[in-house]
Amino acid sequence: MGYEAMLKHVLAGLVIFAATTGCTRKTPVAAPSESSDDSHRAQVAMTGDILIGEYGSMTGGEATFGLSTHEGVMMAIDETNEAGGVKGRRLKVIALDNQGKPDEAAAVVTRLITENKVVAVLGEVASGRTLAAAPIAQQHKIPMISPSSTNPQVTEVGDYIFRVCFIDPFQGTAMAKFAHEKLSAKKVAILRDVKSDYSVGLATFFAKTFRQMGGEIVIDQSYQSGEKDFKAQLTQIRSKKPDAIFIPGYYTEVGLIAQQAKQLGIKAPLLGGDGWDSEKLYQIGKDAINGQYFSSHYTTESTDSVVQDFIKNYKAKYGKVPDGLAALGYDAAKVLVSAMERAAELTPKNIRDEIARTKDFAGVTGRITIDGKRNAVKPAVVVKVDGTVNRYVTTITP
Amino acid sequence: MEDFIQHLINGVSLGSIYALIALGYTMVYGILQLINFAHSEVYMLGAFAAYYTAIGLGRALGADLEPGIVFFGIVLIVAMAACGVAGLTIERFAYRPLRQAPKLNTLITAIGVSLFLQYTGQVIFGADPKSFPTVLEDRSLVSSGGIDLRLFDVTILLTGVAFMSGLHYLIHRTKTGKAMRAVSTNRQVASLMGINTDKIISMTFLIGSSLAGVGSVLVGMKYPQIDPLMGLFFGLKAFVAAVLGGIGNLAGAVLGGIIMGLSEEMVVAYLSSTYRDALAFGLLIVILVFRPAGLLGKWQTEKV
Amino acid sequence: MTDAAPSPQTRFRRSFLAPTATFAVLLALGGILDRTANGYTQLIFLFMFVNMILALSLNLVNGFTGQFSLGHAGFMAVGAYVSGYLSVLTMGVGARLMFLPQPFEFLNFPIFAVAGGLAAAAAGYLVGLPSLRLRGDYLAIVTLGFGEIIRVVLLNTKAVGGARGMPGVPAPGELVVGDYVFSPFFMNYLWAAFWLTTTFFVLWRLVRSTHGRGFQSVREDEIAAEAMGVNTTKMKVQAFVISSFFAGLAGAVFASATKYLNPSTFQFTKSVDAIIMVVLGGMGSLTGSVIAAIIVTMLPEFVLRPLQEYTGVDLRMVIYSLLLIIFMISRPQGIFGKAEVTDLFKRLTKARGKDGRTSA
Repeated sequence: MGYEAMLKHVLAGLVIFAATTGCTRKTPVAAPSESSDDSHRAQVAMTGDILIGEYGSMTGGEATFGLSTHEGVMMAIDETNEAGGVKGRRLKVIALDNQGKPDEAAAVVTRLITENKVVAVLGEVASGRTLAAAPIAQQHKIPMISPSSTNPQVTEVGDYIFRVCFIDPFQGTAMAKFAHEKLSAKKVAILRDVKSDYSVGLATFFAKTFRQMGGEIVIDQSYQSGEKDFKAQLTQIRSKKPDAIFIPGYYTEVGLIAQQAKQLGIKAPLLGGDGWDSEKLYQIGKDAINGQYFSSHYTTESTDSVVQDFIKNYKAKYGKVPDGLAALGYDAAKVLVSAMERAAELTPKNIRDEIARTKDFAGVTGRITIDGKRNAVKPAVVVKVDGTVNRYVTTITP
Repeated sequence: MEDFIQHLINGVSLGSIYALIALGYTMVYGILQLINFAHSEVYMLGAFAAYYTAIGLGRALGADLEPGIVFFGIVLIVAMAACGVAGLTIERFAYRPLRQAPKLNTLITAIGVSLFLQYTGQVIFGADPKSFPTVLEDRSLVSSGGIDLRLFDVTILLTGVAFMSGLHYLIHRTKTGKAMRAVSTNRQVASLMGINTDKIISMTFLIGSSLAGVGSVLVGMKYPQIDPLMGLFFGLKAFVAAVLGGIGNLAGAVLGGIIMGLSEEMVVAYLSSTYRDALAFGLLIVILVFRPAGLLGKWQTEKV
Repeated sequence: MTDAAPSPQTRFRRSFLAPTATFAVLLALGGILDRTANGYTQLIFLFMFVNMILALSLNLVNGFTGQFSLGHAGFMAVGAYVSGYLSVLTMGVGARLMFLPQPFEFLNFPIFAVAGGLAAAAAGYLVGLPSLRLRGDYLAIVTLGFGEIIRVVLLNTKAVGGARGMPGVPAPGELVVGDYVFSPFFMNYLWAAFWLTTTFFVLWRLVRSTHGRGFQSVREDEIAAEAMGVNTTKMKVQAFVISSFFAGLAGAVFASATKYLNPSTFQFTKSVDAIIMVVLGGMGSLTGSVIAAIIVTMLPEFVLRPLQEYTGVDLRMVIYSLLLIIFMISRPQGIFGKAEVTDLFKRLTKARGKDGRTSA
C-alpha cells in the first residue's frame, strides 16, 4: 500500500499547489475591477519601429478579400515610411492570417496585442470576424480600425473600435432611395447572400426603406457565397417581373449572377453595394454587367488627385486596378497614420483619442469624419458600370 | 408552366455537372473503395491548366485566335493531360504507400492532399477569382416563351452520359475492365492471377482524373470564374451525388447527380432558397434511409 | 504493489484517484499559465482543451465503435449555441432572466454546458437512428448532411444573429473567495479542465467496461457481436448519443473561450479537423487523441505562425497538410495505434499488472 500512500501525498501537494497558483491575494487598496483593468492594459514599446497589427483572411475561402485589403494597407504604410515614418520612427506591420475563421481572428488579435505588443490593430473585412476580435482590443485598450466591417454592432463593442466604411443602414437606404427616386422602381426583387452578414444587412435595410417609400419587395431570395449556379433563384425572380433587382453581394458571385440573369432574359437593372467594386466584376460578368448600378466610394473618372494618385500608384505597385477593399484598407491605414502624427505621444490611448477626432480627412474613399459612434461619415456615389469604367451617376450624402 | 420547364432545364443542367464530376469519384471508389477527396482539387488544377493554356495561346496568337472547336479541343486536351498527370502523381506518392493501411488513413491522406493543393494553389495562382476565357461561344438552342435552353447545358449532359456509357463499356466489355473488376473484388487474388494491380489502379486514376479535366473545361465555360478553392463546392456536391446513386455505380453517379441538381432547383422554386442546402441534404438523408446503399447500389448482406 | 486482487474500496478509491490527480495537475498548469503566459497563449490552451474534448468524443464513434461520423462540427455547434444562448439570456448584457442568484452565478456555466451537451445528445440520437441501417460511407454522408443542415439553420436563425454571429457570449468572471481572487481566465480554464477530465475518464472507464467492450465488438465484427448477444443497433445509437453529448460539451467550452459564436466556425472543415485528430492519435486510443489535439492546436499557432511572421509568406496550411500526408504515410496507425500512453509506461517498467486490466 506504500504506492497508494505516496500517490495520496503527491495528490495533496498538487491540490495545494493548484490552489495557490490559481489565485492571487486581493489587494485591499484597489477594487478588483480596476486592478483587472490595469493588468489588461497592454504595454507598448515607445522606441524603435512602431508596430501595427493587421489581421485578415489571407488564406482560405475569403482570401481574395483579405489580400486586397492587405495590399491597400501596405501601400499606405510604405508611402508613410518613404516619407520618413511617424515622428522619425518607421512603421512595421505585422499581418496575421485568420483563414476566414472567427475563432482564429480572436486568437490572432490576442497574439498581436499580448505577444507582438502592437500599438493599434487594422482589420477585418467581415463583421463576424471583427465582432469576434473587437472585444479583445477593447479589453486591452488598443485602438482597432476596421476597413470594411459594415454591421452597426461592430463599433458598439466599445470606444476603441472604429471603422472607415459605410454602415449597412446608410448604404442599404441609399440604394433604396436611388431605386425609388432615380429609377422610379415600384417592384424590386432582392437576392442576398445569407452567408455574408454584409449582404444580409444591406438587404434588410434596403427592404425596410424601400417599403417605407411605398415600394414593394416582390421576392426575397438567397444564395450562399461559393455557389456558382443562381438560375433557380433568378427564374423565380423573373416570374415576379420586378423593375429592378438588388443584389448586395461580392464581385466573386455577382459577375456570374449577372451573366445568368442575362441568359434567362432578365432585362431589369441590377443594383448592388460596394462589394461589387472590383475589376473582376467586369472580367467575369462581361457585357452582362454593363449598365448595372452600385453604390461605391469613388468613380474611376474622379478628378480628385487623391483618388487619381491612389489608382496610379496602386497600378504601378501591384499591376492591377485597386478594388473597393484595397481602397478601404488604404484609408484605414491612412486614418491611423494621421492620428499617430497628431498624437503627442504614441500611446494607444492618445492614438484612440486622435482617431476619434478625425475630421474631414481626405481619404480615397471620400472625406472621412469619425462621428460619436466611431463610424465614418462620408458620402456615397452611385456608379454605372460601363466596361472597365465606373461612370458617375449621383452622390448620396448621409 | 414555362417557369417549371425552365427550372427543369436548370436542375438537369446543374445536375449533369455534379454527375460529370461524380463519375470520377465513383470510378476510383469502385476499384479502390477509396473516397478520393483530392478529386475536386484535380478538377481545380485542370481548370487552371486550361486557363493558362488559353491565356498563353491568346497571347501567342493574338487576334487570330477565334473561340471555336479547335481552340476548345486544344484546351481540353491540355486540361485532360494535366489532370491525368496530377492524378497519377497523387496516386503514386500519396495513396500507393497506403495500399495495406485502413481505409480511413487513406481518406485522411486524401484530405491532406486536397488541403495541400488548395492552399498551394492560393499561393501559386493567387487567391483572387480568375475569369475563364471564352474558348467556345455559348448560345441558346431554344429561346422562346421564357424558356432558355443553352448549348452548354446540352453539351455537359451529353458528355456525362457519353462518358458513363464509355466507362461502362470499358469496365464490362474490355480486358482491362475485367482486370479492374478483378482488382475491385479482391486485390490479392487478382495479383495472384497475374494482374499487375498497381498498373490497373494507376490506369483507374488516369481515367478518373482525365474525366475531371473534361469537367473542369466544361464547367469553366459554363461558369466562367475559377479560383483555387473552386473544387470545394462542386466536389462536395458531386461526392454526395455519387453516394446517393450508390457509390461505385456509374449509372448511379449520373442519376444521383441529376437528382441532386433537380432537388436543389425544386427546393428553391417551391420551398425556400434560404434553406436550399438544408432541404437538399434532408432529402438525401430520407432517400438513404429508404435505400441504404444508394439508389442503384447493391445492398450486400454480410456473409459469415 | 500487491499481487492480491484489490478490495472494492481500494478500487473505488483508485478510480477517483486518477481523475482527481489529473484535474489537480491541470489546475496547477492553469495557475502557472495564469501568472506567466500572455492572453494569446492562454486562449490557445483553451482552444486546445476544446479540441481534446472534441477528438475524444469523436474517437468513441469513429475509433471504438467503428462508425464514421463526418458531422461532428454540427453537434459541437448545437452545444455551443445552446449553452451560449442560455448564458446570453441569463447573464448577457441587459439580461432579464435569472437562473442562479448572484453569488452562485458562476455555477451557471457547468449547468448550461450540460444543457448544451444534452441538446447535442438529442441531435446525436436523431443522427444515430439512420445508422441502424447505414454503413460506412453512406453513414458518413448522412452525418455530413446533418452537420450542414445544422449550419444552414443557424445561419438563418435571427435569434442567434445569423451570419453576423452571436457576440457577447458571457464567460466566467473572476471569483472572489475570502481574500483570494481567481482571475476570469483561471475560472474559464477551470471549467474547461473540469470537462476535459470528465470526458477523458468517463470515456476511459466506458470503453474498458463490459458495456464498452460492446462498442468495440461492433467495430471488430458486427455479425459475431450479434451472435454473442450484443445488440449492435442499440450500441451504435448509444455511441452516437454519448459522443455527441461530449461534442456538445466541447462546444460549450468553446463558447465561453471565444465569447462569440458564428455559424462559419462549424463548417465541414471543423469536422475534418476532428477526424484528423482522431486518426493522427490512433483510432481507439484516447491518450492518442489528446496528444494529437495538442499537436494539431499547437503546431499551426506556436510553430508555423512565428514562421509566417518571420518569412512573411503564409505557408501555414501548405506545411500543415504536407506534414499530415507524410505522417499518414510513414505511420498509418496513428501515433499510438490502439495503445494508450499508459501501455507505454507499462512496457517500459515491465510492471504489467496481473489483474488483467491491460487494454485491448
